[in-house]
Amino acid sequence: MSTSKSKTKAKAKHDVKAKAKSKSKSKSMKSSKIRFEIDGKECTAKPGQTIVEAARDNGVYIPVLCWYEGMEPAGICRMCMVKVGGRTMPGCTTPVAEGMIIESDVPELEDMRKAMVEMLFVEGNHLCPTCEKSGNCDLQALGYRYRMMVPRFPYQFPLRLVDATYTKIMIDNNRCVQCRRCIRGITTKDGRHVFAMTKRSGKSTIVADRELEAKISDALAKKAMDQCPVGAILKKETGFALPIGRRKYDKAPIGTEVHK
Amino acid sequence: MSTIEEVVQKAVKKQGKDPTGMLEIIRDVQAELGHVPDKAKSLIAAGMGLSKADLDGIVSFYHFFSEKPVGKYAVYLNNSAVAVMKGREAVARAFEQEAGCKFGQTTPDGIIGLHDTSDIGMNDQEPAAIINGVVFTGLTPEKVKDIVSQMRSGKDVTEMVKEYGDGLNGSEIVRSMVKNNIRKKGAVIFAPFEQGSAVKKAVRMTPADVIEEVKKSNLRGRGGAGFPTGMKWEFTRNNSKGKKAFVVCNADEGEPGTFKDRVILTELPRMLFEGMSVAGYAIGADRGILYLRAEYEYLLKYLQSVLDAMRKGNLLGRNVAGKKEFNFDIEIKLGAGAYICGEETALLESAEGKRGEPRNRPPFPAQYGYQGGPTSVNNVETLCAAARVMILGGEEFAKMGTFQSHGTKLLSVSGDCQKPGIYEVEFGISLQSLLDEAGGSDAMAVQVGGPSGKCVPAGEFGKKISFEELPTGGSMIVIAPGRDLLTIVHNFMDFFVEESCGWCTPCRAGNVILRERLEKIMARKGTESDLAELAQWCAVVKTMSRCGLGQTSPNPIATTIENFRSVYESRLQKGVGFVSEFDKDKAVEEYCRIAGRTPYTEGR
Ligand SMILES: Cc1cc2nc3c(=O)[nH]c(=O)nc-3n(C[C@H](O)[C@H](O)[C@H](O)COP(=O)(O)O)c2cc1C
Ligand code: SF4
Ligand code: FES
Repeated sequence: MSTSKSKTKAKAKHDVKAKAKSKSKSKSMKSSKIRFEIDGKECTAKPGQTIVEAARDNGVYIPVLCWYEGMEPAGICRMCMVKVGGRTMPGCTTPVAEGMIIESDVPELEDMRKAMVEMLFVEGNHLCPTCEKSGNCDLQALGYRYRMMVPRFPYQFPLRLVDATYTKIMIDNNRCVQCRRCIRGITTKDGRHVFAMTKRSGKSTIVADRELEAKISDALAKKAMDQCPVGAILKKETGFALPIGRRKYDKAPIGTEVHK
Repeated sequence: MSTIEEVVQKAVKKQGKDPTGMLEIIRDVQAELGHVPDKAKSLIAAGMGLSKADLDGIVSFYHFFSEKPVGKYAVYLNNSAVAVMKGREAVARAFEQEAGCKFGQTTPDGIIGLHDTSDIGMNDQEPAAIINGVVFTGLTPEKVKDIVSQMRSGKDVTEMVKEYGDGLNGSEIVRSMVKNNIRKKGAVIFAPFEQGSAVKKAVRMTPADVIEEVKKSNLRGRGGAGFPTGMKWEFTRNNSKGKKAFVVCNADEGEPGTFKDRVILTELPRMLFEGMSVAGYAIGADRGILYLRAEYEYLLKYLQSVLDAMRKGNLLGRNVAGKKEFNFDIEIKLGAGAYICGEETALLESAEGKRGEPRNRPPFPAQYGYQGGPTSVNNVETLCAAARVMILGGEEFAKMGTFQSHGTKLLSVSGDCQKPGIYEVEFGISLQSLLDEAGGSDAMAVQVGGPSGKCVPAGEFGKKISFEELPTGGSMIVIAPGRDLLTIVHNFMDFFVEESCGWCTPCRAGNVILRERLEKIMARKGTESDLAELAQWCAVVKTMSRCGLGQTSPNPIATTIENFRSVYESRLQKGVGFVSEFDKDKAVEEYCRIAGRTPYTEGR
């Protein structure tokens, strides 16, 4: 709460929410473009856009993992950390402000982002060759992007639960990266969460609500699986529909869909 | 015995289905049933329009809520570093021996449950434990023997307290053995305070003038971050037009080694509540919330009685202090055991009845706080100081202290010193003179500001306690020569690992990794490169973390590497490139136990 600038930023954040609700409002704002700079490239943004969104629109890829198009950003994975005026901040939750000068593709940040990927690899049990999500997995793709040969941190080899006792889905906690896309993205018609985070610290674990999960549509179960960046949520009885080798990141590395 | 349905129904009804009452509902159910079983969670979820998974999430977040029975007598023994210094391990073993179960377990008959818990705000009278909400201090193995035998005979815990503490701890309504240990009184907090004087002065001014006066005093937040209080109130006021604004008092006091807010809550609650009213008047709020950590639940009834008395005296309620249309009242919300709930946005989430996970900023609480209303979150001591500013005037207040730190600071001194307790000092006194007063002159180090602060070596004891030189939220842990620093650092890392909310990657995964590397060095398996990496990894966690917890949790390691490098160096293997941390004996331990073998180690 240090500067009046931060106030305008917050106002912008509310506008993000407001925008989602009323399209007319965003139209009327279209005229007022925000100018900003990222890694020396001059860019423009719509009022209320976050740094990550605005960068995407300008063909600049800031690595993300917990971020997902259309979901309220959560600031979990810290892949999107950028530098503004010497301060490090998450690009996915920080709104762009007029005249912002953003550093993203700098060695210091890239190394720390790589460290985040490596932390996730050692924190869970990620055995790509046996995973249904291989080739469609954001974590794996980021591992390749950062040319991770072996994580700098020692493996934790935690004991984690594989829960196949659900009706529509199964949860393999070995692979969970705690991005909370499932919590944010999957709700019932009356707005109740199908997924929730339990416990805290390194013990925090995703669970599904048994009663609600049993009643979700096949489409919603598929959505839960597709939105999960890794192979932690799988829809039962539909494994390996698309063969490995023909999957998203088999065709082009992560980031190339944005970076021109 | 009422059924689970009846218990839940009653608890939900009491809160009128208000979602912010969730923690109260769970607390009631836990108190009645001794735990929160699955069925109760389903029923609460149904009653409150949430999913059962959400209830799993909330219940499992808080340390004092439990899905398993915690015991008819639930013993929560503090495991902080100072408790360990003061003999906590012997007390723990005595509990285990007398009760007949280990920590983390409940006796087969369900009578006694033994649980570890993070710092409970009693560092000047450790070892200490909370049993069914009642605080037991100065524990020894002998006392434990007595306590356990009384539990076995079915005695009520309140009757086990034989001697009461000083001051209002001994009053009819508190009846606690906790001591205040006020060692030094200063001109802001412990100077004489006349009931009503602060709020009466405030309401004679305009709200804008009140803010101006606080700005003039240069009062900065006492909760740790040191943000200028007048400015915070102004931001909040600027956002409050046409909206419901709130004053929230942060009484979570979770930083290990601090206990000064506890003493204010015991001795000066009227001053605190007046400070809240002053804030409410200034920012245009009609509701105040005191977020009280669960560990201080023993003060709840007492604090409520003070609020009642103030309502009767027209110092709360409608037209406060005779000021037309200034309506202000205060409610108390209890936490449930989570250090992170001291972080202001996590506190707001928790006060709203959710998991205490920090929010993303912006927006800041001054814009979007409790239930979305503009909110000023202030520390207990800050609000008392604001009351004093009203009485003294801003200019007079600003005369005390240093260039950037005005007024006084309450310090909670504990550890290796003869006179642990509360010291109210003017900003600018040197650490050495504090140590001289507290009887800890020959200290090797002082942990200033608690684990999240800094480990200060003797060479820097000449530094001044102030925001500019040695900032502190109040925790001052004195460490004598001869103590093993790394054991203390390790205890602090245990604390952060346990208390991380788990939201962001660097804090959740990083602190575990830092602790593991520290353990490698402590086990004399570290090399120069291990130490260099450890320092780099501290920087990664600090830079990438989302809130103040992860941004400071590497400090115990980082500041001791900086100031006590030789402590690490002396345990390194020199001239070796790499030593594996793999411990074969440990890896085959389980196998050996099952197979009844002893591990074979070459050369041993
Ligand atoms: C992990 C963490 C724990 C905190 N615990 C407390 C606390 O127990 N009490 C407190 O007043 N402030 C605590 N704070 C600081 C608060 O976030 C906030 O800055 C403070 O309550 C503001 O009040 P002040 O301006 O009066 O200091 C904590 C911060 C963090 C990051
Ligand atoms: S830094 Fe730690 S406590 Fe703070 S949001 Fe991240 S995980 Fe939670
Ligand atoms: S994408 Fe910003 S924190 Fe995950």
